[in-house]
Amino acid sequence: MRTILFLVRKEFLQVFRNKGMLPIIFVMPVIQLMVLSFAADFEIRNLKYYWIDKDQSEASRLLRNKLDASGYFILSGTSMNTEDANLALEDGVTDLVFEIPADFERDLIRESRSSIQLNVNAIDGSKAGLGTFYANQIVQDLAQELRTEYLSRLKFEPVKFQQINTTYSFWFNESLNYKTFMVPGILVMLVTMIGAFISAMNIVREREVGTIEQLNVTPIKKHQFIIGKLLPLWVIGLFEFTIGLIVARIVFGITSEGSLMVLYTFASIYIVMVLGLGMFISTFTETQQQAMFISWFFLVIFLLMGGLFTAIENMPQWAQTITLFNPVRYFIEVVRLVMLKGAGFWDIRSQFLVIASYAFVINSLAVWNYKKVA
Amino acid sequence: MKRFLAFVQKEVYHILRDKRTLLILFGMPVVMILLFGYAITTEIRDAKIAILDHARDENTQQLKDKILASTYFLLTKELNNEQEIAEVFKDGKTKVVVVFEPNFGKKLQTESSANVQLIADASDPNTANTLVNYLQAIVADYMMEINQNANIPYQISMESRMWYNPELKGVYYFVPGLIAILLMLISAMMTSISIAREKELGTMEVLLTSPMRSGQIIIAKVVPYVILSLVDAVIILLLGKYVFEVPILGSLPLLFMEVLIFILLALSLGILISTVAATQQTALLLSLMALMLPTILLSGFIFPIENMPPPLRVMSNIIPARWFIVIVKSIMLKGSGLDILWQETVILCGFILFFIALSIKKFKIRLE
Amino acid sequence: MTNEKIIEVEQLMKIFGSFHAVDDISFDVKRGEIFGFLGANGAGKTTAMKMLTGLLSPTSGKATVAGFDVYKETEKIKKTIGYMSQKFSLYGDLTVKENIQLFGGIYGLKNKVIKAKMHELLGRLGMENSANALIDSLPLGWKQKLAFSVAMLHDPSIIFLDEPTGGVDPVTRRQFWEMIYETAHNGTTIFVTTHYMDEAEYCDRISMMVDGKIAALGSPDELKKGFNAQNMDEVFVGIAREGKVLK
Repeated sequence: MRTILFLVRKEFLQVFRNKGMLPIIFVMPVIQLMVLSFAADFEIRNLKYYWIDKDQSEASRLLRNKLDASGYFILSGTSMNTEDANLALEDGVTDLVFEIPADFERDLIRESRSSIQLNVNAIDGSKAGLGTFYANQIVQDLAQELRTEYLSRLKFEPVKFQQINTTYSFWFNESLNYKTFMVPGILVMLVTMIGAFISAMNIVREREVGTIEQLNVTPIKKHQFIIGKLLPLWVIGLFEFTIGLIVARIVFGITSEGSLMVLYTFASIYIVMVLGLGMFISTFTETQQQAMFISWFFLVIFLLMGGLFTAIENMPQWAQTITLFNPVRYFIEVVRLVMLKGAGFWDIRSQFLVIASYAFVINSLAVWNYKKVA
Repeated sequence: MKRFLAFVQKEVYHILRDKRTLLILFGMPVVMILLFGYAITTEIRDAKIAILDHARDENTQQLKDKILASTYFLLTKELNNEQEIAEVFKDGKTKVVVVFEPNFGKKLQTESSANVQLIADASDPNTANTLVNYLQAIVADYMMEINQNANIPYQISMESRMWYNPELKGVYYFVPGLIAILLMLISAMMTSISIAREKELGTMEVLLTSPMRSGQIIIAKVVPYVILSLVDAVIILLLGKYVFEVPILGSLPLLFMEVLIFILLALSLGILISTVAATQQTALLLSLMALMLPTILLSGFIFPIENMPPPLRVMSNIIPARWFIVIVKSIMLKGSGLDILWQETVILCGFILFFIALSIKKFKIRLE
Repeated sequence: MTNEKIIEVEQLMKIFGSFHAVDDISFDVKRGEIFGFLGANGAGKTTAMKMLTGLLSPTSGKATVAGFDVYKETEKIKKTIGYMSQKFSLYGDLTVKENIQLFGGIYGLKNKVIKAKMHELLGRLGMENSANALIDSLPLGWKQKLAFSVAMLHDPSIIFLDEPTGGVDPVTRRQFWEMIYETAHNGTTIFVTTHYMDEAEYCDRISMMVDGKIAALGSPDELKKGFNAQNMDEVFVGIAREGKVLK
């Protein structure tokens, strides 16, 4: 026990004396959380549209007003010429092109139906899909309005028209604030990255510099060495997590619906898991460069497959099965469940179990693979 | 020249000997493109919904069938009362609850109007919004069906055409970005670390005292990384073309020229970093913080630039990858030529000159 | 010096793949002796030492250190030995004091003992004023002497020194050997590797390693006589030229 204390003290001294490490531990998480949370925004708005109006009628004018008022679309240019619009599409000046054919209004009145041409730059598929969707909604809205007005002008109701009204409400995040969703996830990413990197590099560095040899000839037990290494990093990890929560609260006004106790209990087990992962990587790498690369490789996969940016439910079945082995996935799930929906211990018991077993397995592997030799 | 080649050979040995790093250098592009191509998608599929049907009549049954027939939705549970709504959201799996009011069908017949309520779990706002939109569209569709016999005035249909990516595949969007990220990783990060390593281990001094000129040393160091980067770029393009059918509409030589320009840019950045960093760890962290993160976040690779707040949008202009991604997308998917892309190309070249000038200046200061 | 054998090595081998780093060596070291392990770089000195300190498991052969087996009782060996490696291995980003506290703590010394030892050690090295200096800021010679003292902190009965004087100026080397003498005089066994032939003269007995084998073993005088040489350099040249082996 006393030996461990000496080792813990040494690690802390080293961390606080390292001028390169300190800003990474204290400043980086804050900056990352801020920049990422502002940058990571998938909300589709401000789609640029190009307007070709060959009709120049009341109906087409109404449609354009509706587009401008919707908040989804911004005008990028107008022309009477289809060629100009196509060029704008190729240059990336615009995302979509509305083309109103001549006789649009006349057809609408005489034939009861008319059509609009929409050309979309679909390189970003999801953006194009949503854009089309919004456009269609606005157009149908217009049609509905014209219809209502027309019907109200008639003295009698010629046909019986059955109307289904949809109302909707958004729970847990009424204002559809994307940051409420992203910030907790980014917090997980931060804790994971810092935890895995520092634990992987810390041990490899001792090996590269040669100090590990001096420790290896001392009668330190394996578990003493490992606990002595992990404990300080664990404290740093929890500290990161706390900074993140504070930033989330002060900058983004996000507070946890659920109990902080649940959050911290889960986080402390999760960090043990992450540190074990870093340590495991360090047991089979020789240089910091290698350790860094291998950590990077795994972290990128874990983070991409963790449901941070894209929902796991959208993945194909086989990919969803793979994510069951991804520890990051569970923490993101838990943080969102607890912070946004106020889930308690009982609601997240299965994630608890998985992460605890993970922590156990990966740390056992690391200890087993760590040889106390030069 | 012979001396120079011997030097390049030494670098190649260094790289080839480190099997683990090599494996990752080649494994990374393959794994990433497979992930982006198959697994990572914003497309909604099989979203789990629950239904609370107070009416249970013919109309609600038809509407339910219609909703569940689409590939977007999967029914998890038929609820019995309002209390169960909160419960079903707790585990995080159910995304939307559809509530039909009592006497739905009867109201539709007698009052010509009935209500459906959609309650979405908006902790993921995008998904919630999209799902509500989809459901509304299905309801509107159903409305058209039951009113088929009525002659509805003022119908506007929309004919939309998806340019460049008719099937709306996500890979189209990610391939150009992946090339940029990996070239940055290999060219900038690896070279800066490898130069810093020689500095740290003291072998740089040995090299500098050799009869080779320092410019030659640097060039010899980067040549193998240029080749590695090119190989990786080719792997991504091949996988993109043959596995995911991402087309390359523009000219291949032009594409390679632009890739080469970007590699040079990344290398000049790597060299700049190594003139500043004294140790591998510093080089690593600098590349990670100053290169990788901004490249991933602010280049428009994952997050659309137009959605960012103004300060970040301005910042994205100084991220070289931003311009490169525009170039690659345009060449591959739109078939654009230099006549359209000359501006972006000039910007990239400007970056190279700037970084090299800066490195030379830093280097001179150190020698004096 | 007594006749009690503190290190016994019999037919020890270490094979990496097909490379015989240490090829069938046998020797003894007596308590209180200064035993020199000589040889060119890559002759297998460091590998042999790593096996004796429990850092590396031998491929075959027998060896005991202070009566403990190098296969099974490495942890017990580690308690009784001190070690100073070829690479300088105190923590550069810790101060002198912090390093002493750390290693004292690791060897389980009481705080009081650590304090007393630190005081005594700094006084002996004349470094009282540098107790709070970072190791990285000290000149190399000081670091080496400090590393040696730290390796002696827990009063080991044997101390292993792996190329302790590499890269040090002649004056410091001289001072360093004086420290070694003093330690040996107090009854500690010294096992030292070096490739400086002049340092061999300071040892009680030496073994010369060539390509993983012991080419010669004996006191410096015996070796010089055997090879008909003026100094150890000539002995080494003799071994290299004639491939002659003297036991």
